[in-house]
Amino acid sequence: MSKQLMKGNEAIAQAAINAGCEAFFGYPITPQNEIGEYMAKYLAKYNGVFIQAESELAAINMVYGAAAAGARAMTSSSSPGIALKQEGISYMAGAELPGLIVSVSRGGPGLGGILPAQSDYNQATRGGGNGDYHVIVLAPNGVQEAADMMRQGFELAERYRNPVMVLADGIIGQMMEPVEMNVRPLAKTDKPWASDGNSGIRPRNVVNSLFLNPQDLENHNIHLKAKYDAIEQNEVMAEVSQCEDAEVVLIAYGTPSRIVKSAIGQLRAEGVRVGLIRPKTLWPFPHEIIKANTQKCKFILTCELSMGQMVYDVRLAVGNQVPVYFYGRTGGMIFEPSEIVGAVKKQLAGETQ
Amino acid sequence: MTVLFKKTRGLTDAPFTYCPGCTHGIIHRLVAECLDELGLLDEAIAIASVGCSVMSYEFFNCDAIQAAHGRAPAVATGVKRTHPNKTVFTYQGDGDLASIGTGEIVQAAHRGENITVIFVNNAIYGMTGGQMAPTTLPNQITTTSPYGRNVATQGEPIRMSELLATVPGSAYIERVTVIDPASVRKAKKAIKHAFEVQRDHQGFSMIEVLSTCNIGWGLSPIEALGFIKNRMIPYYPLGVFKDKGALK
Repeated sequence: MSKQLMKGNEAIAQAAINAGCEAFFGYPITPQNEIGEYMAKYLAKYNGVFIQAESELAAINMVYGAAAAGARAMTSSSSPGIALKQEGISYMAGAELPGLIVSVSRGGPGLGGILPAQSDYNQATRGGGNGDYHVIVLAPNGVQEAADMMRQGFELAERYRNPVMVLADGIIGQMMEPVEMNVRPLAKTDKPWASDGNSGIRPRNVVNSLFLNPQDLENHNIHLKAKYDAIEQNEVMAEVSQCEDAEVVLIAYGTPSRIVKSAIGQLRAEGVRVGLIRPKTLWPFPHEIIKANTQKCKFILTCELSMGQMVYDVRLAVGNQVPVYFYGRTGGMIFEPSEIVGAVKKQLAGETQ
Repeated sequence: MTVLFKKTRGLTDAPFTYCPGCTHGIIHRLVAECLDELGLLDEAIAIASVGCSVMSYEFFNCDAIQAAHGRAPAVATGVKRTHPNKTVFTYQGDGDLASIGTGEIVQAAHRGENITVIFVNNAIYGMTGGQMAPTTLPNQITTTSPYGRNVATQGEPIRMSELLATVPGSAYIERVTVIDPASVRKAKKAIKHAFEVQRDHQGFSMIEVLSTCNIGWGLSPIEALGFIKNRMIPYYPLGVFKDKGALK
């Protein structure tokens, strides 16, 4: 299929429909409104369910219900709305329900602003829900990857029976880029555990996250941990470029990684050997990939549209092996390649003193 | 030998977790009998809520989903829209439905969701040890209204059936109780009708059942039945508050 020019939010919605999304539940919030609007217009044409819920709380609980009943379901929101969804995300993780949550993030805290930011890294990877749980977090760097990751997100959610979040910064949501859609529907996953109203022909199913017996609850958590270990083993994704000879490794995710790439081009042209590691999964985080590709560099500079969140994971990855510095803008302000170039040179001067 | 009375197949063999004297068990049985008698049990999906009936997914002999506190109508919406021809019902207490879940219940009714809500009103938070609920009667003593509910500062009890009857999307709303054989029979008729309303795709139905919490109220089981009759029914009158089908 040929490429078409699409706005990120609309590409995300169309990719979900292409992947066989059967139900969408959302609540208006900027900068992701086009996802819900697109679903309202087109999902019904594919016999899907669209509901504009009364709140983000209700929307995620509708996803919980639809997923529990066997549907391929999703919701989308932005920063303060994702905060409200944390209750349902924890319940989905506890009850082991597949489902997709799109977070088109904006600046915070509080009502913050409506312009792009990456200050929800901790919200996405640590979550605000209760309990020992993880959400798989995919971080696209543009419209094409956002569309691809919707499909991948449903696949992972159903393979592991776990909620998956696609964390797209507001830039992706609002910009237009050429995108090639995978239009083959994802195969239907067998869901023998679903409470779909068929207790007449098989033993009854119960979808639940309550375990009043402490030993049962500990066993459940041990079972979940084994699943998370398997995900960490199998599903880590990161792009590594120009790190072989790098004296400086830059680490960035999402759209800002492309600004960082421009900076690397400029620095290389000036003879500064700089490489990039771009995590594509934020959980599981590419600890090993970062560790393996930064052994010979002088320092790492983590670049984020936040006051510094992913940088702590980078430090965990490398320990004392190499210094880790941070450069960030936030609140809707976006760094220019020249700022990154300046930050690298300044740090390089400091390191060689 | 003729079998005159037996356990309904609508309930599992799991022992109830309810306190002696509590009428949750009667209500469970009525719901189960209605589903079975209407031939809907094997295709039903129960949504359990949070509160004393949190374990109801263990008791109803059909598929079940446990929901977060107050969110059962939203969960039921997700289920029903996925399977429009299955029978979907929530079983919620008054803390769950009339306090933390007011948004979800009002909006489910507002959308005219074709689900059935069994709303058990015992005027108190039973599971957590007897705190004041939005439905707690004026001057009623609870652990968080130790001097009696003061309507000047704590508001007057909310009447959910009356409220939801005003929502255009609701189709059938009735308040019943289960304090004697006659009221139990009436309650069963109401619950059965609510499931028929759903079966016939008429929209949102809710049966509010005035139920005892003799432990939370500090009364004997017999006294608790009297509390419903003499204190609750005068404030929460029994009857049909909405019947869209009857209007036709």
